[in-house]
Amino acid sequence: MEDPIIQIKDLSKSYGSFRAVEGLNLDIHKGEIFGLLGPNGAGKTTTILMMLGLTEPSGGSVHVGGYLSAANPIPVKKIVGYMPDSLGFYDQMTAMENLMYIAGLNGLADAEGRKRALEMLETVGLAAEKDKKTGVYSRGMKQRLGLAEVLIKKPEVIILDEPTLGIDPSGVKDFLSLIRSLSREHGITVLLSSHHLHHVQQICDRVGIFVKGKLLAEGNIESLSKELFGHEGYVTSVQVRQHIPNPWPLQNELMHWDGLRKISIRGKELEFTSSQDLTAELVRFFVKENYDVLSVHQKDYGLDEIYHKYFEGEQG
Amino acid sequence: MKNLNSKPSAASPFSIMMRKEMADHIRSWRFIVLITLIVLTFVASMYVSLSNIKSATDNTRDPDHIFLYLKLLTTTDNSIPPFHVFLSFLAPLLGISLGFDAINAEQNSGTLTRLLAQPVYRDNVLLAKFGSALVLVGVLFLALALSMIGGGLLLTGVRMEPQELLRILGFVALSIFYVAFWLSLAIVLSIVFRAAATSALSGIGLWLFFTVFYQIVVNLVIRSVLPDPAALSPDQILTYNEIIMDFLRIAPNQLYMDATTTMLMPSVRSLGPMTMEQMSGAIPSPLPFTESVMVVWPQISGMIGATVGCFALSYFLFMRREIRS
Repeated sequence: MEDPIIQIKDLSKSYGSFRAVEGLNLDIHKGEIFGLLGPNGAGKTTTILMMLGLTEPSGGSVHVGGYLSAANPIPVKKIVGYMPDSLGFYDQMTAMENLMYIAGLNGLADAEGRKRALEMLETVGLAAEKDKKTGVYSRGMKQRLGLAEVLIKKPEVIILDEPTLGIDPSGVKDFLSLIRSLSREHGITVLLSSHHLHHVQQICDRVGIFVKGKLLAEGNIESLSKELFGHEGYVTSVQVRQHIPNPWPLQNELMHWDGLRKISIRGKELEFTSSQDLTAELVRFFVKENYDVLSVHQKDYGLDEIYHKYFEGEQG
Repeated sequence: MKNLNSKPSAASPFSIMMRKEMADHIRSWRFIVLITLIVLTFVASMYVSLSNIKSATDNTRDPDHIFLYLKLLTTTDNSIPPFHVFLSFLAPLLGISLGFDAINAEQNSGTLTRLLAQPVYRDNVLLAKFGSALVLVGVLFLALALSMIGGGLLLTGVRMEPQELLRILGFVALSIFYVAFWLSLAIVLSIVFRAAATSALSGIGLWLFFTVFYQIVVNLVIRSVLPDPAALSPDQILTYNEIIMDFLRIAPNQLYMDATTTMLMPSVRSLGPMTMEQMSGAIPSPLPFTESVMVVWPQISGMIGATVGCFALSYFLFMRREIRS
């Protein structure tokens, strides 16, 4: 396998006695979409700024595309497109002028910059508004213009800090699918930071959970959930029409089943925890006992649960 | 790795930043208002000096009366001050208003992070902010001076001495340095203070302090500290006088006034008091240009030094600064 495009080793940053980032180790490979997940103030933005060489690390190192960010930021910034969380444009200039300026700073000649700016505005769907001043842009439009600006330098890596902040739900969906398709088409590595779990879950190949300056866990969502909830096994919840009394006469019979460990009853809903998948057998059992089964639901764990679990662990 | 800078036709990031900053200034209302203010004072002082130019050049007892164009800049009938005096208090305003929000406005609107995430050096941002404003001010002053010379030529038909041109250009250069000092001070303030209003107010506060209060404070302190002049020998009075002048020259506007006066009035030989021995035998005649420059060289180097000092400070503050908004 190739060397990872982003290599973070023992990275730490302190502001006085406050440790914003502590001993961070992370490798991100080419073409991957990585989600950096954590609550506000966890040190995500600080980490990103250190990747770009905009903030000096107190210890450790970041290599992006083979360059050490702290010592050699210019080649790093040439291949990395960064969209900050508080996105601002020069309000007195039009979208096109804003893009042209950035294109110029990246060494594109005027004609080339104009061509590419138009292309990018087309890609993010702002072609019709290209001559409006960015002062009148809505938050969502600014976000898309920010993406166009990131893409105009044809980056190998894009870093998006809280890209879904302040856009409405349908906008978020469009925006994320745009990022995903861009990454897949052009082989761009994407690093996405967010405190919004569902958004990250939708598009990321791998996530890292970042709390109080430490990376608590890293991996794809399945492996994270297995690692965390593996010991609890399978959970099946069944809803029936009839009211189930508590204690339930049939409970004893069920408890003799192989692998069934726990039954919890809440009115018309039962939750079974087992070491193997018993969903089919349970449904057959309920039908045989003349219960009207309304819904059967096999629980799988999303980021929400994973996140909460880590969060509880951190607080407890 | 893709090298995006391979095209020779592409301009360097610094010149692109300069271009954008200059365009921003020119389009801003602030700059238009300031230009109007300066052009109006220029026209007013020119009008006054033109209407008094005849008596000024006829006055043969004044050794400078042969320099028509310098007289145009300095003559007044005392209804309004001459242009260089106007400029000594308008130039700080120009410098402060062009620089007070250089960095903090970008930081507050969130454009600074985006700008620095591009492959540009951090100091280029500062340099572009400083250079763009200075180029505009320089062009403005040069245009005013040249239009004055042209107007004078058309109206009077008098030939211009090469010395006069040098002195007027020297005056323009001094004025640019003076604005540069205030500009770099304003940029320092824009880095130190997050809010643009705070930085503007502290800039204006410093300006008011140096133009109005500094002399009052120095005089007050001196009056309470110095012994009674009646009990001192002339030599001692002279040394005390020197000390007082040195203190007054800490104020940049004093430096500017000294320097421009010497530059525009060739007969000024010294900026401090002179003894009778020094004066005896001297013919009241204009000094050559190089001699005038020698007289004000401490002032010029002081202004350049203050400008460089402020700029270095802004550099020091900005290079390691957290750029988050």
